[in-house]
Amino acid sequence: MHFKKMLQTKPEASAFLMLMAMTFVFSLLSPTFLTLGNFQIVLQPIPEIALVAIGVTILMISGEFDLSVGSVFALSPMVMVLLMAAGFPLPVSMIGGLVVAALVGLANAFITIRLGIPSFIATLGMLFMARSMTVVISDGFPPPFPRDLDLWWIVGKVDLLRVSVFWLLGIGILLGIWLRKFDFGSWIFATGGSQESARNMGINVNLVKTTTFMLCSMLAGFAGMIQVFRIKAIVPSMGTGYELTAIAATVIGGAALAGGVGSVIGAVIGALLLAFIENIIILTRVDANWFRFAVGAIIVIAVTINKMTRDVAARAKYKEVEDD
Amino acid sequence: MTKPHLSVRGLHKWYGSVHALRGLDLDIPQGQVIGLIGDNGAGKSTFIKILSGVHKQTEGQIFFEGKEAHIARPRDAMNLGIETIYQYTAMVPEMSIARNVFIGREKRKWGVRGFGMLDHAAMAEEAMAAIADVGLHLRSADAPVKDLSGGQRQGVAIARAMHFRSRMLILDEPTNHLSVKETNKVLEYVRQMREQGITVIFISHNLHHVHEVSDRIVAFSRGNKVADLLSEETTVPHMIDLIT
Repeated sequence: MHFKKMLQTKPEASAFLMLMAMTFVFSLLSPTFLTLGNFQIVLQPIPEIALVAIGVTILMISGEFDLSVGSVFALSPMVMVLLMAAGFPLPVSMIGGLVVAALVGLANAFITIRLGIPSFIATLGMLFMARSMTVVISDGFPPPFPRDLDLWWIVGKVDLLRVSVFWLLGIGILLGIWLRKFDFGSWIFATGGSQESARNMGINVNLVKTTTFMLCSMLAGFAGMIQVFRIKAIVPSMGTGYELTAIAATVIGGAALAGGVGSVIGAVIGALLLAFIENIIILTRVDANWFRFAVGAIIVIAVTINKMTRDVAARAKYKEVEDD
Repeated sequence: MTKPHLSVRGLHKWYGSVHALRGLDLDIPQGQVIGLIGDNGAGKSTFIKILSGVHKQTEGQIFFEGKEAHIARPRDAMNLGIETIYQYTAMVPEMSIARNVFIGREKRKWGVRGFGMLDHAAMAEEAMAAIADVGLHLRSADAPVKDLSGGQRQGVAIARAMHFRSRMLILDEPTNHLSVKETNKVLEYVRQMREQGITVIFISHNLHHVHEVSDRIVAFSRGNKVADLLSEETTVPHMIDLIT
């Protein structure tokens, strides 16, 4: 009973079980898989994609969608690098990049809420616009990334890990607490779960959605900055396709496309799952073109398991004890 | 006649070029059950949406408990003590009973509205107490609302209104899609509320339910009031004549 209840109340439960199963199977497939050295490689890009997935997840919980995160992932750090090239110090440049990301989120919110365009279309438009702006403002030739910056605080190495993993942990824990334990978090679930009900109960659903749109864009921008800091170079095409990876991680992590269901930890587990699959394909020297197939299969499997477990849990239905 | 609990004067509502409410004047007495009837498009929904703050009237005044009320948002209505329970959109199905009882009015351990730490324990406890007060017994406030039957949901929504000491309750089609047993239970809730001096506006297409539970019947047609009678003065066939 307790197990069923957990499956029903924790959207990430089945993703977690899949992660465990995969870790087990993959360790049998390749002796290298469960080694520290391999985990170091697997974990390198995780903070970047997981931060994007967290933003997409929280937005999806509020009932909306963002396809522009991959483009913001490039635009926001591009603004930062250009500001640095213009002589601004790093913190100011980072804030500048994040403000641009926030403005993109605000524009997404405006188009979706005020103009009444579905966010799928609104952010599809933004995907192209933000990517185009990235290329235009860099004039096709982005400035070289400054080599003399002290970036230990964000991408430095601590033993086998990069500091960015701790940024992911910190941001993930804070946002997880915010979602589950704070009143605004409750409003996010209510807005996505039933927008009309939330509105009828006095929740400002437009404010909720504007907040989640902006948060989603800013997390994508920040994640892009981490990647630029890590590889110490910027190309206008970075992050292309990340929107689909992030949505895949979100859905694998148990978030419902219709809204009202999802969790931060689910997004992180989803990102880890995708990275594990990519890693095992490399380790076992399977043709890398199978990666997309595996990702596609895992999305379908994960969502099917989610649906099945929820149906099972729903059958163990809660019953009223009438006293009359 | 005692002072009305709620009065509206010259209430108009336009949706673009549609004149949905055409100069409505209505007095709703204190502590009675008012059955609001009318065919689709008669203006019932528009009227209750104005009272609950979902839409704003284009023209006209609302007086609540003797004072003019300006209801611009749902929170304004709730702060006045007017609570509306919509047929399908009273609850968030995926969320727990406790969270649903306190949606938008959460109990906080600390912080301000919009940035405060939830007091889950207090919300669960008070939700259970509020639900028990209306005579509904549920095992746990942590169960999601989607697991409840339609009648139980109505019970939880009514418990919520009682918990926040609403003085006027608007019920939108509360008996739709309910079994006979559950319908009786909901009608029983309505009687309980009248005993406690709460004014109830009961909206339903089921004229038998309306006639059974109401003190007065108000009929709407084409955006205005066409009848305002004591329940004893009318019969279900007469009510059908009024609204068609």
